[in-house]
Amino acid sequence: MAYEPVLTKFVGQPDSFTLAAYLRDQQGYEGLKKALALQPSDVIEQVKASGLRGRGGAGFPTGMKWQFVQKDTPKAKYICCNADESEPGTFKDHVLMERNPHLLIEGCAIACYAIGAKTAYIYIRGEFYHVQEHLEAAIAEAYAGGFLGKNIFGTGFDCDVYVHRGAGAYEAGEETALIESLEGKRAQPRLKPPFPAVAGLYQSPTAVNNVETLCNVPLIIKNGPEWFAAMGPEKNGGPKLYCISGHVKRPGVYEASMHTTLRELIFGEQFAQGMANGRSFKAVIPGGSSVPVLLEHQLDAPASFDGVQKAGSLLGSAGLIVLDDTTCMVWLAMNLLHFYRHESCGKCTPCREGGDWLYKLLQRVERGEGQPKDIDLLFGVASNIAGKTLCAFGDAAATPVLTTLKVFREEYEAHVREGRCTLPAEWRGRHAAHAHAH
Amino acid sequence: MSFHPEMEYAPAKFHRSERKLADVGEPFAFTPENQKTFDEIVTRYPPEQRKSAILYALYLAQRQQGYLTANAMAHVAQQIRCTTAEVEDVVSYYTMFYTKPVGKYVLNVCRTLSCALLGAERVTEELSARLGIKPGETDPTGTFTLIEAECLGACDRAPVVMVNDDWHERLRPEDCAAFIDDLAARGPAAFTGCHLKKEAK
Ligand SMILES: Cc1cc2nc3c(=O)[nH]c(=O)nc-3n(C[C@H](O)[C@H](O)[C@H](O)COP(=O)(O)O)c2cc1C
Ligand code: SF4
Ligand code: FES
Repeated sequence: MAYEPVLTKFVGQPDSFTLAAYLRDQQGYEGLKKALALQPSDVIEQVKASGLRGRGGAGFPTGMKWQFVQKDTPKAKYICCNADESEPGTFKDHVLMERNPHLLIEGCAIACYAIGAKTAYIYIRGEFYHVQEHLEAAIAEAYAGGFLGKNIFGTGFDCDVYVHRGAGAYEAGEETALIESLEGKRAQPRLKPPFPAVAGLYQSPTAVNNVETLCNVPLIIKNGPEWFAAMGPEKNGGPKLYCISGHVKRPGVYEASMHTTLRELIFGEQFAQGMANGRSFKAVIPGGSSVPVLLEHQLDAPASFDGVQKAGSLLGSAGLIVLDDTTCMVWLAMNLLHFYRHESCGKCTPCREGGDWLYKLLQRVERGEGQPKDIDLLFGVASNIAGKTLCAFGDAAATPVLTTLKVFREEYEAHVREGRCTLPAEWRGRHAAHAHAH
Repeated sequence: MSFHPEMEYAPAKFHRSERKLADVGEPFAFTPENQKTFDEIVTRYPPEQRKSAILYALYLAQRQQGYLTANAMAHVAQQIRCTTAEVEDVVSYYTMFYTKPVGKYVLNVCRTLSCALLGAERVTEELSARLGIKPGETDPTGTFTLIEAECLGACDRAPVVMVNDDWHERLRPEDCAAFIDDLAARGPAAFTGCHLKKEAK
C-alpha cells in the first residue's frame, strides 16, 4: 500500500509556500473555517479522538494538553509554537516552515480558538533567519487574506500570530525555558508545577506545541479524527516526518506512517537507500541525539512512539542518525558531550558540572590516556546526572555515555588497554588530526 | 571543594554562566529607522511586557554596529526600561550575540554529530588553515570570523556552515580553501544558500 504524503505532498512545487498555492492545492484554511463553526470544546474533542501525540519529543497527547489549559480565568491565554528545532539530527520543522508555512499558521489559529487564546507566538531558533523571513511573509499574506486578524470569517474570532526569534540556545526548546526566553530572559527552565497550562507565558495559561504537531491540526479538522487515527498503528496515528542523517546514501526528511519500520526508513528505496560508500551498518540513534542507540537486530521495530520504545529506545524528535562501521563510539559520545556541556543552561549542578566532567573524561579516554577506573567513573558520573536534574536535559546528556557504555563497552576498554583508538587509521582520516584540542 | 572526589569544578571558561564584559565603545543610539522598527515590534507584546522585545532590540543594535558594546547594551536597557545588568545577563547567555568586533563574514561551522560524521572537524581545520586563525578569532583584515557552532538544524546537508544569516551546505573539507577564496572574491554569491529556499525560486 503506497503511502500518500499529506504534510509534505506539495513541498516540491516552486510556489508551495504561497497563499495562492495553499488555497489551490490543500483546501487552505478550510480547517479553520470548519473549526470556527464548532464549539472550542468540540475542537479539543476531535483532536483528542484523533490520538494526535506531540511531535516535539515526548509524544504527549495534544488534545489532553489543550484540555488542561485553565479556562476560568480573566487572563489572556497563549499558544507558543515551539520552532526551536535544536535537537541534533532534527530538521523537519524547517521544511514545514519553509515550504508549507500556511499549514502551520492555520494550525496556530485553530489551536488559539480551541484553548480560548487570541495570540500565538512562534518561537523560532535564531539560526533559521532565512526561514523566518519566509514565515513572516506568509503571515502577512494570511492577514491580507482575512485568515488572521480581527473577526475572522465574520465569526467574531480574533487571532494574531507573531514570530519571535531566539538567539542560539538549545535549551530554549524546553517548554518552560522557551517561555522564559519569550519573556526576555535567559532560556532557563522553571520548576514544575505550576505547569504552563496554569501559569505559562506572562503567568497566563499557555500551551506549548511543536511545529509538526500544529501542522497536523488542520488536517484532523478537515478530514476527521478517524481518518487521522487510521493512518498508523493504535495510539500512533497520523502522518510522521522522519529526519535521516549520517552515513546514508540519501539523507533527508521523509514522510511516512508510523507502521514503517526503522529498517525500511534506513534501507528502503523510497527512503534513505542504505549505507553510503559501500560501508556496513553499525548502529542508529533513532530520536535525535538524546536517546539510546539501536543495533541491526532491533531495526524491525515500527518507527512509532510505542514501537521504538519497545525496542529499547525512544522516537523523540524522529531524527535518525545512522552510523556505519567506521564510527568510534567513544568519539561519538565525546562529540555529543561537547554539545551537552556547551548547551547546559547552568541552573543545576549535576548537569552543569557533570556534563563538563563527562566531556573531560571522554577526551581522556579517546586520546588514549584513560585509566581502567575512568570507565567506572564515566558510568558513575552519568548515573548521577540522569534523573537528578530540573529538566529532561540532564537525562539527555547522560544518555550518550550510558548507552555507548552499555552496548559498546569493549570499545572503551580497547581505548584504555591500547592507549589509542583501535579503529584503523584510515577510517579516522575524516576526523581532525587534533580533534581533541579544546 | 568539588562535589566529586575525583573531579575538579569547571573553570567556567566554556560556559554560558561566564560573564563577558563588553567594551564601552562609541556612544550608541538606534538610527531613526531602527527606532521605528523597534517601536513597531514592541506592540506585538502586551504593554507591560516590553522585555519580550529584548532579543529583537539586541539584534537591531548588533546589525547597526556589528557587535554589542556596553553603550549599545545601555541603550537597549533604556528602550526596554530595564537595568543594564538584565541586558548583560541576556547577552552573555545567547551565542548569537557578539561582544567583540567580528569580520564581514562570520563563519559558524557546525561541529555536532551528523556534520562531524561527514568531516566537520576537518572543515574547521581546513578553514582555520586557510584563514590563519583559530576558531573564535577574526582575521587581521577583518573579513572573516571563524566560530564552531552546535547543530544548525540542517543535518541532511552536512557539513553545514552558517555565514552571517545565510547558509552554505555540504562544505567538504577538500573544498574549504576554494570556498574562502570564492567568498573573498564574489561575496554572498559564493554561498549555496539553504536548498529549501533555493528550490522555491
Ligand atoms: C532540553 C530540551 C530541548 C527541547 N527542544 C525542543 C525543540 O527544539 N523543539 C520542540 O518542539 N520540542 C523540544 N523539546 C520538547 C518541549 O519541551 C515540549 O515537550 C514540546 O515543545 C511540546 O510540544 P509537543 O507536545 O507538540 O511535542 C525539548 C525538551 C527538552 C527537555
Ligand atoms: S538539567 Fe541542565 S539544562 Fe536542564 S535546568 Fe538543569 S542545568 Fe539547565
Ligand atoms: S549536526 Fe550539523 S546541522 Fe545538525
